[in-house]
Amino acid sequence: MNRRGDRTVVFENEAYISSSASIAGKKEGDGPLGNSFDEIVKDDLLGTESWEKAESELVKRTIYRCIEKRGIELEDVGVLLAGDLNAQIISSGFAARDLGVPFLGMYGACSTMIESLLTGAVFVASGASQNALACASSHFCTAERQFRTPLELGTQRPPSAQWTATAAGACLIEHEKTEIEITSGTIGRVIDLKIKDASHMGAAMAPAVTDTLFGHLDDMKTELSSYDKIITGDLGIYGLDILKELVKRKYKMNTDELFYDCGANLYSKQQDVHAGGSGCGCIAGVLSGYIIDLLRKNEYQKVLLLGSGAMMSVTSSLQGESIPSISYAISLERCEND
Amino acid sequence: MKTDNIRFFPSEKEYKKIVEEKTPNSKKVQGFLRAFWVGGVICVIGYFVGVLGEWIGFSEKNLPMFNASVLVYFGTLLTGLGIYDRIGKYAGAGSIVPITGFANSVCAPAMEFRREGVVTGIGAKLFTIAGPVLTFGISASVIYGFIYWLKEYVF
Repeated sequence: MNRRGDRTVVFENEAYISSSASIAGKKEGDGPLGNSFDEIVKDDLLGTESWEKAESELVKRTIYRCIEKRGIELEDVGVLLAGDLNAQIISSGFAARDLGVPFLGMYGACSTMIESLLTGAVFVASGASQNALACASSHFCTAERQFRTPLELGTQRPPSAQWTATAAGACLIEHEKTEIEITSGTIGRVIDLKIKDASHMGAAMAPAVTDTLFGHLDDMKTELSSYDKIITGDLGIYGLDILKELVKRKYKMNTDELFYDCGANLYSKQQDVHAGGSGCGCIAGVLSGYIIDLLRKNEYQKVLLLGSGAMMSVTSSLQGESIPSISYAISLERCEND
Repeated sequence: MKTDNIRFFPSEKEYKKIVEEKTPNSKKVQGFLRAFWVGGVICVIGYFVGVLGEWIGFSEKNLPMFNASVLVYFGTLLTGLGIYDRIGKYAGAGSIVPITGFANSVCAPAMEFRREGVVTGIGAKLFTIAGPVLTFGISASVIYGFIYWLKEYVF
């Protein structure tokens, strides 16, 4: 493990993803990626009596599935790094209460999964832990009541608004070689181009993603084309367009086929979610199912994942603050078994 | 920072322009038409509730109260049944502005926050949406009443 350039950590055969699991809600299950989830929960409440408890249950189930697939027990988990969008990350904290594993709460808003994977990889590569479990979750109903309006209020959303995904994803990182290696990770900087519209998160976050992408490529001394796909978390349809425009200012090439946004692809047009999905669970769920599957199937050799999060709150918005954002990157590479 | 990518970034002003270019606006004409016909239908229903009230025998003074009560009842009922938010998604201001929309804005938080307790949930959050309307509506009526009083009894 080495630091390279300004803010990138390079792993040399030290951190691999050995197992992953994702669980999503009914709406996400009905979307184009529905088949890639390990489980689709039909009941929004997951048999509990509140949305917050439901999200916590979602986290637990995803973690159980992830370690089950690897064939290890809870006691074998060296450290759990998890976070969510609820204030004081209660979904993760309450799940960790029931799991009883060593726990580090993470918060990077919607970039939490990538932040957790990066931190987890450092733990594993440094020998601080024999394995690390990275997890992130979001639930439409918990996010809606915290950040926006009550569910039953009859309001309209603008075209740039996004839909918080009900989903959770977990990845187990180990030192032992598997098909998928975490080869590098880049730490983000908080970037703010003074966007204030809380119903256009894609616009607020696109500059942060651009900054981390440029930083990563500079540090690694590599080009955009060295990746099969560059996967962003939840910029949404319009945020992704803005990102392409920003990237064009430095790299003058056609990037239409190169970028893939999890949020923009999580739902179909008919589902009428406007600009696409968002939330911690968006990239977590899509990565832990769909993307990892494609790497395993050899469809992709090398991908760069860019999670992005808005570092704002309801209070900061009400006080007239703009929306500062952050983005973390990790690169995943498929390696052939010897 | 050793590498400087800031030079590739647009200024805040330029960025605002890029965002505006890339983001579609709400469909205004469609929105107006939908708001107009749904709002109109709610008003027509309100009119016939008035007719019904007259037929029952409410006095002219009590009729508006009967009318408002019936509309609030149905606004609340439709919110509880999970229908009013769908009407609102379609009609926008057409279903927010009539009194049924007010009922919706009070009932929705009541349903949402009931899990936080009757007092600390429902009690505290009931007027989170409608609160400003009440605050400024009541304040305006006090000021109006004062001016009226001055006009009638002082000058």
